[in-house]
Amino acid sequence: MYTQALNAGAVGAGQPPGEDAALLARFQERVDADQRIEPNDAMPEAYRRTLIRQISQHAHSEIIGMQPEGNWLTRAPSLRRKAALLAKVQDECGHGLYLYAAAETLGIAREELVDQLLTGKAKYSSIFNYPTLSWADIGAIGWLVDGAAIMNQIPLCRCSYGPYARAMIRVCKEESFHQRQGFEIMLTLARGTSAQKAMAQDALDRWWWPCLMMFGPPDAASQHSDTSTRWKIKRFSNDELRRKFVDATVPQAHFLGLTLPDPDLRFDADSGHWEFGAIDWDELRRVIAGDGPCNADRIAARRCAHEDGAWVREAALAFAAKRQAKQAA
Amino acid sequence: MTEPKIPLWEVFIRSRNGLAHKHVGSLHASDATLALQAARDLYTRRGEGLSIWVVPSHAITASDPADKGMMFEPAASKIYRHPTFYDVPDEVGHM
Repeated sequence: MYTQALNAGAVGAGQPPGEDAALLARFQERVDADQRIEPNDAMPEAYRRTLIRQISQHAHSEIIGMQPEGNWLTRAPSLRRKAALLAKVQDECGHGLYLYAAAETLGIAREELVDQLLTGKAKYSSIFNYPTLSWADIGAIGWLVDGAAIMNQIPLCRCSYGPYARAMIRVCKEESFHQRQGFEIMLTLARGTSAQKAMAQDALDRWWWPCLMMFGPPDAASQHSDTSTRWKIKRFSNDELRRKFVDATVPQAHFLGLTLPDPDLRFDADSGHWEFGAIDWDELRRVIAGDGPCNADRIAARRCAHEDGAWVREAALAFAAKRQAKQAA
Repeated sequence: MTEPKIPLWEVFIRSRNGLAHKHVGSLHASDATLALQAARDLYTRRGEGLSIWVVPSHAITASDPADKGMMFEPAASKIYRHPTFYDVPDEVGHM
């Protein structure tokens, strides 16, 4: 049930320090037996904290992710493209809201989550700190960014935490239109004039490496993976998912007649995988630390939207209170 | 950041004629009218429903998972509530 925990502050804070080993063992047994964990079930405090962090980061990413694409809504090249992009941006908002609701079942209030985003305490996906410089970027985002997100999200549909898994099922169903609309934009440009094809190539050049970074640091350097795997929050490692993405995407780029911006990229017949060049992890660190091309703009825009909406929230609550008072009288 | 909190609602959708409303998720809204509109926008963008219920989350009373044993054990021990408990000779046919 989704009720008690909500708007009630940190529910797990009262758990005994050093958490008894019996609870941990029972919990692990349930996870190992592939049982889903539901909001009011007993769970280790660290499991709760990990999920709040992961689900809220995911939600923030969806919300911030509306900005790079929203940038092209008024300049879409046709009504068909505009309608599709509008629907996609609306979906991203919806995904953010499903995910916030899932995080809230763990005992954190929506207001607190929003506050964490606006104050910069919470992170969101590094990819949304890159600018959308041309219409082709909208194609590249749908094809590559959403493609990478799908790779990440499909295994999350089987995550041990019920509300998160259920939200992801919904998200994944809607996400496949996003990737296809992006690929269609790229295909149209790639088959267009030489200027259009150059635009598509330029977008691919700029988005390819940041997309590979979306899967997170390499397994050897990842801080969260071990416990997350044991608790079946994560089912594949960062490197495994990145490899899957590259294997799926390289042939699509070839179909488009575009060149991936990686001179070291080659097919390894023995392993059956595409081997790619070294990723600039310093860049990922910089962007996550706040020093990406658009970090400041993204948060400023979100803060502005939140502040500009304050009077609407206030008015709606005042209206509800007035109506309630009238009914009571 | 001392804005008052906006209440939480649970959303139930009847997806097709003849089916029951089913819980699909939750949302925040200041009153029932806005909750219904938000539920329409959030949960029925692709024709998922014919009817929506929104219920204030605080109006729901839930059983405690810790009481599961005590709560549901009596049902598990009464096998005579199931048709297979009773012997009917094969000659009688389907019953």
